[in-house]
Amino acid sequence: MMRSRDILGFAIRAATAYPVRTGLMMLAMAIGVAAVVLLTALGDGARRYVVREFSALGSSLIIVLPGRTETGGVGAGSFVTNTPRDLTVDDAAALLRASGVTRVAPLVLGNSEIAYAGKLREVMVIGTTRAFADIRNYRLGQGRFLPEEDWRRGSAVAVIGATLHQELFGAEPALGQMIRVGDRRYRVIGVLAASGSGLGMNADELVIIPVAAAQALFNASSLFRIFAEARDRDAVPAAKTQILDILKARHDGEEDVTLITQDAVLGTFDRILGALTLAVAGIAAISLAVAGILVMNVMLVAITQRTSEIGLLKALGATGSIIRLVFLTEAALLSIAGALAGLLLGHLGAWGLRLMFPVLPAYPPDWAVFAGLGTAIVTGVLFGVMPARHAATLDPVDALSKR
Amino acid sequence: MAQIELDNIQRIFQLGDSEVHALQDVQLRIDAGEYVSVMGPSGSGKSTLLNLLGLLDRPNDGHYRLEGRDVTTLSADEQARVRRERIGFVFQSFHLVPRLTAEENIALPLLLAGISPHDRKARVAQALDDFGLAKRGDHRPDQLSGGQRQRVAIARATIMQPAMLLADEPTGNLDRATGEEVTTLLETLNGRGVTLIVVTHDPHMGERAQRQIRMEDGRIDSDSKRPAP
Ligand SMILES: Nc1ncnc2c1ncn2[C@@H]1O[C@H](COP(=O)(O)OP(=O)(O)OP(=O)(O)O)[C@@H](O)[C@H]1O
Ligand SMILES: [Mg+2]
Repeated sequence: MMRSRDILGFAIRAATAYPVRTGLMMLAMAIGVAAVVLLTALGDGARRYVVREFSALGSSLIIVLPGRTETGGVGAGSFVTNTPRDLTVDDAAALLRASGVTRVAPLVLGNSEIAYAGKLREVMVIGTTRAFADIRNYRLGQGRFLPEEDWRRGSAVAVIGATLHQELFGAEPALGQMIRVGDRRYRVIGVLAASGSGLGMNADELVIIPVAAAQALFNASSLFRIFAEARDRDAVPAAKTQILDILKARHDGEEDVTLITQDAVLGTFDRILGALTLAVAGIAAISLAVAGILVMNVMLVAITQRTSEIGLLKALGATGSIIRLVFLTEAALLSIAGALAGLLLGHLGAWGLRLMFPVLPAYPPDWAVFAGLGTAIVTGVLFGVMPARHAATLDPVDALSKR
Repeated sequence: MAQIELDNIQRIFQLGDSEVHALQDVQLRIDAGEYVSVMGPSGSGKSTLLNLLGLLDRPNDGHYRLEGRDVTTLSADEQARVRRERIGFVFQSFHLVPRLTAEENIALPLLLAGISPHDRKARVAQALDDFGLAKRGDHRPDQLSGGQRQRVAIARATIMQPAMLLADEPTGNLDRATGEEVTTLLETLNGRGVTLIVVTHDPHMGERAQRQIRMEDGRIDSDSKRPAP
């Protein structure tokens, strides 16, 4: 029986003797695998990015939004009130009574112009309290965060983000300087350490002022959100119930707020983006099936081209199984080489993606790499079986007479 | 016991509605070491007979005993083994694998038989020497002359030291002088004991064989033996 090393050698010689055909087949495989690798890298990168961003919020965080998001169709309650009550600073203060809640920070949000020494910037302004820094794990680069004070008082002080600090002050000291926000003046008492992260609100470009000051600035009495922190992760469900009870009592028995916890948001995003990655991988896998069909056709053409060679091999005493093995090996070799080239290409693409979007951890997940390689090799071999069997059953006399 | 024994061999090809009797009632005995030429008009069944003798084709009826063994009933794999070990083919169009060098073409039967690379190398080198191809080992077929190609093909056919050599118009694609050279080479091999069966259109070449078979319409028309010189 023919040695496996010789079969391999023979297949390699055959594959390299027809570079165009071989190149075409490898390219098809490579594109398929590269697509799987690159697209899943993108999908999984997006998923990881979102998960990381939300994790930065803290796992025991409960966010209170005004208004009820109905999930179960139109409930009886929705006919009673159409406009939900606003959340107020007093609502926020009341939440401190809940035993499961350790910290509460009211939040007012708006855009405003800020100015220092003739330099103007349009920035996002957050009005909140001392506890916000702890809830969001803000670290201070210089100075200190908002003072502990009566939430209604609102002293004229501000904490600014690192980027903003750089843009407005450059190398000059910022602490103690007066900046103008809207039509009011605030003393800079702190600069946040550069963080680079923050979903939707990049802390590096924020101006943070006391909640009462922000309400005055934006002429609003309501809150955008209330951030509450449960004692720990396990205390989150109990804290949620308590928060709901307190707010319901304060809003005439109306349950007109929505609570968001990180787990829920994270879970949803994780699921959505995970499914997206899978779907994208599936679409990419279709290109692998297409590549498989191409492999089959190219092999069939190869066998037609080499019919007289097959006849010769039979005349020289090759059994059907040897012929089958030789052609199957050739198909498998091409698939494997193509798949590996595709893997390289995909990783290169993912690397390029990471260069272009540094925030996106665009690494292909292991399962996608294995699935991509596996599918490529399996389709290559599977679609190689039919041509190989065809070759093995050729009639030697007919095959020999082909030129 | 003759090396080759054909009894009542029938080979019928179905061509649409009509049947072509390529071989009818063929009865033939060939002893080991004989030199046989097969001649006859085109379509008389010469190639069909040779393919049958080489186990590339099966008869519709009749028996073929090779070295005492009925080979018509062997499985395809067993027939392949017999081809590998006992039979060498030489074709009119050489049938060399174009991408392989002369050396690699000659080594093919050894490769198929699973001979180790080391033994292969020695045997191929010896064959190259024997057939005057020592300097042509690493040439591809398209870098060889017609005569050299046929010598590579003959080297390949004999590398497994088969019991018989089947040649279907081995000089058909060669000029007179080169054809002569190839014929002499085949005769030398026959002189060393290999049974040689040559199908040819060339009466001059056919007459060189000790035994001459004429075919007509799928039958053996005449079978004459020349007394050894
Ligand atoms: N595969 C086939 N299908 C149908 N008919 C065939 C087949 N092979 C051979 N024949 C027929 O069988 C007959 C004998 O053919 P064969 O090839 O043996 O002739 P030949 O003597 O070798 O002729 P030539 O000298 O032209 O090579 C011819 O009539 C041919 O047409
Ligand atoms: Mg013929």
